[in-house]
Amino acid sequence: MMKISNRKFFASAILISAILAGGVSFYASSSPDGLEKVAEDVGFIETAKDHSFGDFTLADYGFKGLENARLSVGFAGLIGVAATALIALGLFRFIQKKSPNKNQ
Amino acid sequence: MHIPDGFIDIPTSAAFAAASAVAVAGAVKGARKQLSEQSAPLAGLTAVFIFAVQMLNFPVAAGTSGHLIGAALAMVLVGPYAATLALVVVLIIQAFLFADGGLTALGLSIFNMAVISVWVSFIVFMILKKILPRTKSWLVVASFISALISVPAAAIGFVIQYAIGANATFSVGTVLNAMVGTHILIGIGEAIITALTVSAVLASRSDLVFGWDRKNSQLEIRS
Repeated sequence: MMKISNRKFFASAILISAILAGGVSFYASSSPDGLEKVAEDVGFIETAKDHSFGDFTLADYGFKGLENARLSVGFAGLIGVAATALIALGLFRFIQKKSPNKNQ
Repeated sequence: MHIPDGFIDIPTSAAFAAASAVAVAGAVKGARKQLSEQSAPLAGLTAVFIFAVQMLNFPVAAGTSGHLIGAALAMVLVGPYAATLALVVVLIIQAFLFADGGLTALGLSIFNMAVISVWVSFIVFMILKKILPRTKSWLVVASFISALISVPAAAIGFVIQYAIGANATFSVGTVLNAMVGTHILIGIGEAIITALTVSAVLASRSDLVFGWDRKNSQLEIRS
């Protein structure tokens, strides 16, 4: 088993995520998800309210104003990946053990 | 399984938001003890990967799709505390940036996917680890089964919330049957994606995987 470097692992994970969110997402199924389908079938979909931020630029994983569906979802996906990376990496860096020397 | 506003009444949503807040505070405490300089970036990357894969809805039955939750995946890779936090980050970004999952329902969704799904899969995983041989292949099997169960577990979480505070009057039994049936199918997709991803990380950097005991592997020496 080959062990790859930290840098290579990090770069691969970000790259794969960007390809999935920015490119492959265009091919995702647009059918309702499990909960939504159950709500439709049973009937309680009627009680759903519109999302408060439904008019936002990125609502429903599209970029408002971009006509091309592939670009629209891809661009939204890339922004999501960047936002998640920024917030999650920052948060866990902040949370991690403060004295790493102890267990190395 | 992102719950829109309106399905569940405000008092119930508020109660679950409070319960989620307590669980998240506990997760921060737990993650602080568990995350090292090495594993903290992996927790961040796990959140990024889960966000990306959650965009990929796959068809499960006529007119129905499902997507990864990622609770079991994150739990195996970075441990249950950091997994809860990774899911919370993803769910907050989805609700606020992409209008996916209602804002008043956020506590409900966090409770199902970041708390129930993570901790049920963790319990299943720990039991399986005790029973199964300590090899990488069996670890992948344990990940598969934990992921499979984690999805209907989250679905049952929703049914409980529905039973307590639905704004509709359809019978809880009907909702339970429909939710569990559909989400077992989605769980199969969850299990496959989880097993493939865990395999890939085990092959490239098993030293980073929370669920893999380092002492099993002679290649990594850490004292």
